[in-house]
Amino acid sequence: MKLADTFQFAYGSLRGSPTRTLLMMLAMSIGVAAVVVLTALGEGARRYVVNQFSTLGTNLVIVLPGRTETAGIGPGLMSGQTPRDITLDDAQALLRSRAIKRIAPLTVGSATLSRGALNREVVVLGSTSDLLEVRHMSIGIGRFLPAGDIQEGASVCVLGNQMKQELFGNEQAVGQWVRLGDRRFRVIGVLASQGESMGMRTDELVIIPVASAHQLFNTSSLFRILVEARNRDYIEQAKHDAEEIMVQRHSGERDVTVITQDAVLATFDRILTTLTMAVGGIAAISLAVAGVLIMNVMLIAVAQRIKEIGLLKALGAPGKQIRMLFFAEAALLSTAGSVAGLALGYGGSMIIGQIYPALPVSPPWWAVLAACFTALGTGILFSVWPARRAARLDPVAALAGR
Amino acid sequence: MIELQNVCRTFTVGDQQVTALRDVNLRLDAGEYLSIMGPSGSGKSTMLNMLGLLDRPTSGTYLLDGGNVTDLNDEQQARVRREKIGFVFQSFHLVPRLTAAQNVELPLILAGIPAEERKARVQVLMRNYGLSDRADHKPDQLSGGQRQRVAIARATVMNPTVLLADEPTGNLDRTTGWEVLKLLEGLLEQGITLVVVTHDAEIGARARRQIHMLDGRIVSDERRTK
Repeated sequence: MKLADTFQFAYGSLRGSPTRTLLMMLAMSIGVAAVVVLTALGEGARRYVVNQFSTLGTNLVIVLPGRTETAGIGPGLMSGQTPRDITLDDAQALLRSRAIKRIAPLTVGSATLSRGALNREVVVLGSTSDLLEVRHMSIGIGRFLPAGDIQEGASVCVLGNQMKQELFGNEQAVGQWVRLGDRRFRVIGVLASQGESMGMRTDELVIIPVASAHQLFNTSSLFRILVEARNRDYIEQAKHDAEEIMVQRHSGERDVTVITQDAVLATFDRILTTLTMAVGGIAAISLAVAGVLIMNVMLIAVAQRIKEIGLLKALGAPGKQIRMLFFAEAALLSTAGSVAGLALGYGGSMIIGQIYPALPVSPPWWAVLAACFTALGTGILFSVWPARRAARLDPVAALAGR
Repeated sequence: MIELQNVCRTFTVGDQQVTALRDVNLRLDAGEYLSIMGPSGSGKSTMLNMLGLLDRPTSGTYLLDGGNVTDLNDEQQARVRREKIGFVFQSFHLVPRLTAAQNVELPLILAGIPAEERKARVQVLMRNYGLSDRADHKPDQLSGGQRQRVAIARATVMNPTVLLADEPTGNLDRTTGWEVLKLLEGLLEQGITLVVVTHDAEIGARARRQIHMLDGRIVSDERRTK
């Protein structure tokens, strides 16, 4: 019997019992669709996080005070001393490295922002003019912090979009004076509305020169230093240099932590990919269930078509041929189920994408492939037993319907 | 050309041994017309299944065209069935979802014959059996006589050397039964060997050679002289 004829015969017997065929296809396609939709969601979450990171800035290396140990509590806590502060001089020293293109020191605090009778508690970010580039922020009106000596604290500030709205409404803000804590600052610019990025709402920030922030909060230490490497290839070099320079300046003590954005990103990427695979795997269980259903229905089909099988044997079909016919049926069924499932899955993903536009929902290619192959695999695997049973039927008994 | 030598067949039913064939010896020449008669349970159907390679003897040898077919494996036996043996059943055994023409085509499909040749052969056969206008009908749209004619067309489409008919008129009324029988007898002119199992003495008497069976044994073997 030719392969094409085998499939045509199998197709004929599938069409011969449309309800049974449709139900099995439905089970198969729900399984495939579940895998596609769930992995699409997982993949969407992963890409969302990756996007969030890239809005933070590119080729970033972050220097923070204190040594983060992988386990237990830091040595500083054990000996009762806190790690040495990072100062503005430390930050400027980093620029000695060739691998480092720009730096932006950061000091964070909170203060009361007021204008006339209006006042509000805000997060104040002390930094330099390079922050705009390093953090990929964009200015809406006016200009950003002026470049120049970073030790010099000018009384100027840049408002987040929402702060400007709250204090000034639709009035002109640039050029006006506001009060921040016990000092007066002149508004020189307003940030463009950017929404949320990694949990920090730039819309609700007030940015002032880092030296002014030190005066305002009466401190000389930095919260962290954002370092931008020359390019992607220099990230490791920049990390190494930053560490070495800090060790040198802190009299040989490694009391800072330098992390690369890539490392953080890679961790998130790994976690979310694993999560996607886990969710996909759980969905794949429904495929196995569909497989069991196929086996069950195939066994019933063998019993129902026992006379037909007996006849085929009498007409000269060897057991192998009967097996092939049942495999072909399972293969056709699984293929049709997969195709329907893919359509359903992609449709579902698109709908979710419409409901949550922020989430870049799209199923990863490996999940789609895996779903299809699992469907085909389980379909054929679970038809092995029914097919063998059919092939081993005694033709005399089968013809008699026994 | 067909020879059964000391063929025995026993079944195990529950914990009891039932003997369907006891030491049967039969020699059948090409082109013979044989009827097997006997009461139910006499072993005549088992004999037919044995001749059609649907059943294997518990002991003994079956020679077909001089070759021993007893020891062939499943695939080889299937091939012999496909190429040399045609079956006609009491209850027709047509596949209900296939049309008359497709039912006749089935053995050709199993044999792997190309589609164009299949169509041509089926068409010729359908015309010969007067079924041309019924080719696209499903079995449930056909009368009993038509169904058996389709079944005979299917049994002969591979040009077998032996045609085995198990109560071919059992499900038909008298007139239709005779018509079907005449159709089968007409095949003798093409040199086919025809074996008919029946419990109807009138039908059995038409065959040139008649054997009677009882309790798994051949009790009489008569040749009708013309």
